[in-house]
Amino acid sequence: MNQADTAWMLISTALVLLMTPALAFFYGGLVRSKNALNTMMMSFISLGFVGVLWALIGYSLALTPGSNWIGDMSFAFLNGVGLAETGAIVPLTFPHMLYMAFQGTFCIITAALISGAIVERMRFSAYVIFISLWSIVVYAPVAHWVWGGGWLADMGAWDFAGGTVVHVNAAAAALVAAIVVGKRREYGSQSVLPHSVPFSLLGAGLLWFGWFGFNAGSALVAGPIASLAFVTTMLAPAATLVVWTFLDLMRSGKPTAVGAATAIVVGLVAVTPAAGFISPINAIFLGAIAAVPSYFALIIRAKTSLDDSLDVVAAHGVGGTVGALLTGVFAEKSINGLFDGAIAGNPGQVLIQGTAVLAAFVYSAGASFILLKLIGLVMPLRATVEEEGTGLDITSHGEEAYLHVGGATATRHGSF
Amino acid sequence: MKLIKSIVRPNKVDEVKDALAKLNISGMTVTEVRGHGKQKGHTAIYRGKEYNVSLLPKMEIEIVVPDAIADDAIKAIVGAARTGEIGDGRVFVLPVLESYRIRTGEKES
Repeated sequence: MNQADTAWMLISTALVLLMTPALAFFYGGLVRSKNALNTMMMSFISLGFVGVLWALIGYSLALTPGSNWIGDMSFAFLNGVGLAETGAIVPLTFPHMLYMAFQGTFCIITAALISGAIVERMRFSAYVIFISLWSIVVYAPVAHWVWGGGWLADMGAWDFAGGTVVHVNAAAAALVAAIVVGKRREYGSQSVLPHSVPFSLLGAGLLWFGWFGFNAGSALVAGPIASLAFVTTMLAPAATLVVWTFLDLMRSGKPTAVGAATAIVVGLVAVTPAAGFISPINAIFLGAIAAVPSYFALIIRAKTSLDDSLDVVAAHGVGGTVGALLTGVFAEKSINGLFDGAIAGNPGQVLIQGTAVLAAFVYSAGASFILLKLIGLVMPLRATVEEEGTGLDITSHGEEAYLHVGGATATRHGSF
Repeated sequence: MKLIKSIVRPNKVDEVKDALAKLNISGMTVTEVRGHGKQKGHTAIYRGKEYNVSLLPKMEIEIVVPDAIADDAIKAIVGAARTGEIGDGRVFVLPVLESYRIRTGEKES
């Protein structure tokens, strides 16, 4: 047992957990005020449902030896997940139980990420059922393939903190969900604009803060590799932000705030698979390169009828793919002690990385499609025309984000 | 000249704007307002206490048009803002005595 490692992992777990409320702010600011609470709740609710399911069954299915495809039930209901450092699928220097919690925070935010594609029209109950099932049927196996000693790990695919498991995985589900649920009825009209850009900036800032736990925590020790991952997590989004600013300037003459918030997320996504594997200078290159495809993916997506409302695919899918491939380009064994990428003379790594991305994408897209169709048989996936028009805050939650006139609009009945 | 004051559902503003644009009416003032007519509001629940939110969010659209096209404008607004359900809103028409353009100070007829 190493007390420094334990302390760092306690902090990291809390940092990653904070990313889900941060995502709520990032997403919540980008929707119209009538759907602000509903959108934020789509992230917050994952802390509950996915968090509980992870402890009951998800952790066991993801991070036990099992087969090449999925873990087993040996840790179900946290059986054998104790305070000793032994028992987990990887060697630990801190309590196994804390490792379970740390990994749980990843599952929670991955499920919440999907919501960006279906905000402002998916029924809340159908969404909750979808992400709950998704966390078991999709997240757990994909996490097992990469981190649980599954077939992608055997093949030599490297994913430091979850570029494929978290971001490509969520983006594939988001793409399918946006198509199956369908576009917002007012999609394309002028009034579909962010209601609070400051919220989105706040969210992006808190995401960056939490991402230090996500990436540097994924070292699982408070040591040199954690420090490397920390520094690359600082530098890559910085470079993405710089390049994004110039792209904005070239396109519209103005550096936009929504653009800055998006750039930070794209840079963080891209550096995630590479964080502990590449040099800080290459992290700057990685972040800078990653800005370009995501920037243009955003522009192209907006011209299509695909209402991936908050651009989960452009930010997490494209950013995650670019990050995974560039991990196979920039990785250096002299730094990470594990493997080389293309520049250090191992071009085959790029192909392996690409295979992992493709596998996660195809499985997640296919399984998400089936899940949504099955849920669609039992209940409507979409809010009604009237609910969508009024806004999902009032119709789904009975609350409004912004009550005007000092609350004089409401009269209380009942007694204290 | 007539002042046409319409109180519509918030999600109908774009459709009203488009309908008016077809009549070449482009100037308008839009205000977020709250109110109720026959619509009785909705029940909100905060911390387990039920509240009746009687004043619902609406948008008020004000346009000033020559008498000759006022009827067409009213028809366009009613057509664009209607859903057929309670809460679709109201249109009020008021006479306008005078109108001045601030930039030039000139009186418009």
